[in-house]
Amino acid sequence: MIYRENGQFKTSYAADQQIFPIRQDRYAIAALLVFAFVGVPLLADEYMFRAILIPFLILGLAALGVNILVGYCGQITLGAGAFMAVGAYAAYNFLARVDGMPLLGALLLGGATAAVAGIVFGVPSLRVRGLYLAVATLAAQFFFDWAFLRIKWFTLDSSSGSVSVSNLEMFGWTINSPVEKYLFCLGLLAVFALLAKNLVRGAIGRQWMAIRDMDVAAEVIGIRPMYAKLSAFAVSSFIVGVAGALWGFVHLGSWEPAAFSVDRSFQLLFMVIIGGMGSIMGSFFGAAFIVVLPIFLNQALPWLGNLVGVSISTVGVSHSEFIIFGALIVFFLIVEPHGIARLWSTAKEKLRLWPFPH
Amino acid sequence: MKLRKLAMAASLATIGLASALTAQAAAKEQYFPVLVYRTGAYGPNGAPWANGYIDYLKLVNAKGGMNGVKISFEECEFGYATDRGVECYERLKGKNGGGTVFQPLSTGVTFALTEKAAVDKIPLITAGYGRSESSNGAVFTWNFPLLGTYWVGADVAIQHIAKKEGGMDKLKGKKIALVYHDSPYGKEPIPLLQERAKMHGFDVQLLPVAHPGVEQKATWLQIRQSRPDYVLLWGWGVMNSTSLKEAQATGYPREKMIGIWWAGAEPDVKDVADGAKGYSALTLQHGAEPNSKVAQDILAMVHAKGQGTGPKDEVGSVLYMRGLLSSMLAVEGVKRAQERYGKGKVMSGEQVRWGLENLNLDQKKLDGMGFSGVMRPVQTSCLDHMGSSWVRVHSWDGAKWNFTSDWYQADEKVIRPMVMLASGRYAEEKKLKPRTPEECKQ
Repeated sequence: MIYRENGQFKTSYAADQQIFPIRQDRYAIAALLVFAFVGVPLLADEYMFRAILIPFLILGLAALGVNILVGYCGQITLGAGAFMAVGAYAAYNFLARVDGMPLLGALLLGGATAAVAGIVFGVPSLRVRGLYLAVATLAAQFFFDWAFLRIKWFTLDSSSGSVSVSNLEMFGWTINSPVEKYLFCLGLLAVFALLAKNLVRGAIGRQWMAIRDMDVAAEVIGIRPMYAKLSAFAVSSFIVGVAGALWGFVHLGSWEPAAFSVDRSFQLLFMVIIGGMGSIMGSFFGAAFIVVLPIFLNQALPWLGNLVGVSISTVGVSHSEFIIFGALIVFFLIVEPHGIARLWSTAKEKLRLWPFPH
Repeated sequence: MKLRKLAMAASLATIGLASALTAQAAAKEQYFPVLVYRTGAYGPNGAPWANGYIDYLKLVNAKGGMNGVKISFEECEFGYATDRGVECYERLKGKNGGGTVFQPLSTGVTFALTEKAAVDKIPLITAGYGRSESSNGAVFTWNFPLLGTYWVGADVAIQHIAKKEGGMDKLKGKKIALVYHDSPYGKEPIPLLQERAKMHGFDVQLLPVAHPGVEQKATWLQIRQSRPDYVLLWGWGVMNSTSLKEAQATGYPREKMIGIWWAGAEPDVKDVADGAKGYSALTLQHGAEPNSKVAQDILAMVHAKGQGTGPKDEVGSVLYMRGLLSSMLAVEGVKRAQERYGKGKVMSGEQVRWGLENLNLDQKKLDGMGFSGVMRPVQTSCLDHMGSSWVRVHSWDGAKWNFTSDWYQADEKVIRPMVMLASGRYAEEKKLKPRTPEECKQ
């Protein structure tokens, strides 16, 4: 009823080609952005920012990067954690070794380094696909894990192997409080999401999707697989690298290679699969699911237990958190194998036809 | 979009409700947040620690609290994962009038919290672990590595080996291997060992083991090839028993193996039993103390009433005592603060820091609390946040841990310059101004 595009006539190509052709979508996005930039800082407390919102934003950004590669270009990767690590350590080295390096410059250079690493480790994708490629990218994970643990140069010879960054500052703006960190991450996320959205609906995105759907056919109609695949690896790793740098700089403050272990790679892949492959919005759904849900369960269970007069031990809560979380993953994959984003678009379709669904 | 907003609002509301519910309990109680890991790869070692920690808090309450102030506490399980540990910290730090102290029992989490704790003004006690250079209270104003650090441990390990060999000069040309957990924790002793190696002319062989440490075949193959004179074990959880089993399989004498306290408790050796016979570990003060008065008190006043946190036969085991001791240090910090800021009052984080900086537990006090024979007196100051660097060695005889050495003290002449250098570098990096002795008097 409300969500209907009747009467919205497009009179120019520009109007037809805009990101959100339906007026309601534009308003909803604008409202969401205003809420995120203005409403959330007013509403949320420090815990929300530090423990939930900032990790959600950063991992959402990383999932977005992985989604470009896995969801749009169809190249399964298990090396996302490694590219996050490359971004984090490269940005750290740029910041520490180059005098007067601005924060934003370090982050972007970190991303660029990750992009280069992504291209190098993307080369096998020209020959192998599917599960074999996943295994090949796993090599990146183990290689970088090893490199950042063993090669002391990367960690400025820190004896414990742990590096830390503080006093974040950009254009005279000191990013110190949780709200500032949140806004910084949100700003970057918004820019990258817009960038990604435009990329995937442009020529290059269509090439990626053609490769994903059938690479031989794509080649026949004149798409260069090498260019398409490696550009997907580069763009994806760039975004993942920036997310990794943010994870280290903004969220953790001090980190060791374990922060970007193979678990992180799996986590990011699951975000994309659960959220929805080939959907920008799906990356955020997936990140919310993986980041927020366990923490939410962890706190809701004792509270629910109290309601019915049972006190659940810490161990019990921790175990049931895993059980319920696992069950929910299975549930969502059975109900909607295309991810939560698909549920969302089905809902939109239904809303369009409402109240006469067919 | 709407779905996401809705989900966000729902989670906001639920979390708000949950915190509102717990906040009601905040009367005149000192709130102790407890970070624990009872699950995961390190759960078997984390659980006794947590039980000891909580049981002591219960004991204090059973005895009437800290000068009348009762203790409230809450566990947060983080499974030894750094990011979940930080989440727990954020969750608990502001609750019930603010957390008193945090004791993460994880070197990784300690690193992550060191800067945050200073901003939130909550002391961070890392009794026997954490960053070694944080014993310099002038720079690390909120860190308290009470009762020793890894550098203390490593230093004493070398002293112990020298004693066995018959003098420091006998170390020349010897080969000492360090089998360590490949994390900030395992890497901590390396600088000290290298320093000592330069002084005495022995070789250090570094053998990292990846988390969680069940795969050590390659490591022990290297040991079989190079045959080091001694092996230092810096492991945690399942890694320790695996090392001992591998040593047994390799035929490396367990008598030549020395572990740090994280590798010197019952869960590490129980599965190996006779295979671990002769293996020694450093104790930063205490070992297994089931007969100590405080353990008996807990059995009588907490367990007898059915309020014990863990199984009864665990009381007095090594890691249990570690948790108990950590808990006692925090409680004594609060009590010391009360002496200055008013008995019977709830202390803030800043006040507790003063208390921890001016801790003075002499033998009489320790005896009174039931800690005679468990530990030696501790005295801290504004500049010295460690308080004491006494270490004993205990060995496993196949059934229990027995002390097999006298007390050692870490060599200040070696450690102090390293602490000053490392903490100075940290201060420079973070643009911190170290506290002067005048500032300390405030």
